[in-house]
Amino acid sequence: MKEEQDYIQDIAEIRSMMERSSKFLSLSGWAGVLAGVYALIGAWVAFSIFEFHPNELFYAYPDLINIILTATGVLFLALISALMDSRRKAQKQDKKAWNATSRRLVASMAVPLLIGGVLIMLLISNGLLGLVAPLTLLFYGFALYNAGSFTIKEVRIMGFVQMILGLLNVVFITYGLLFWAIGFGLVHIVYGIYMHFRYKR
Amino acid sequence: MNVSFDDLNKAFENRVRLGIMSALAVNDSLDFTSLKEFLNVTDGNLATHIKKLEQEEFVEVEKSFINNKPNTSYSMTPKGKKAFEEHLKVLETIIKSQK
Repeated sequence: MKEEQDYIQDIAEIRSMMERSSKFLSLSGWAGVLAGVYALIGAWVAFSIFEFHPNELFYAYPDLINIILTATGVLFLALISALMDSRRKAQKQDKKAWNATSRRLVASMAVPLLIGGVLIMLLISNGLLGLVAPLTLLFYGFALYNAGSFTIKEVRIMGFVQMILGLLNVVFITYGLLFWAIGFGLVHIVYGIYMHFRYKR
Repeated sequence: MNVSFDDLNKAFENRVRLGIMSALAVNDSLDFTSLKEFLNVTDGNLATHIKKLEQEEFVEVEKSFINNKPNTSYSMTPKGKKAFEEHLKVLETIIKSQK
């Protein structure tokens, strides 16, 4: 016959298993802070070095390849940091980072990001550079909103923040790069610091 | 409500079986490898406990092929869901009554 302590332990195990098997938790605040820092550096490079100041819907800019390469570099670094961080954390908890929950997390983000990416490339090819910043914010917001079902709930809030920034950016199209730097830079850093203290990871 | 320890489902006395049911309660279906990773048990151990839950008709098995490799996925039956929920309710009542 089991003791009362055993039943309390049973309930704790049930709760922990439900969370572990449905939510991806192997991501630390550091990945967020790093992604934010890369984004701020990227925005600064685009603004100061390449003098990219998208302040109208049809903004003409000759060396677009520089900006695309900068943006790709930021994305690449952020993804690498997130992957390495997840692996490190999963190893520490003696789990595999690539499991049923992380697969679902990635799948939930992939659809809005891919569709958004294609739309943005179509807009770029039509010269609508002013819409790039607000639409990357919006679609990234959709992706985070989706991902919130498969990881900690704060990710969903961050999704909302990105969407609101994206919408505001459509209203104030002059400040595209600034909104982009706030969304991808500042918001990530704030989120990362919050995660670090809230979840001690 | 008057509950006793006898109302607890014997099938869920084992932690591994309880773990399988908990994981399947929040996932539509899971394959063998995923379950194994979540539970941190050996192949043989997991297979034995799944078999037991299958016999109780709490878990159903679906075998298929993904890229020519056999894939077995497990999900909870309505009967299993009901039994698991009742088990949780009894656990809760026991703990409350002993506080």
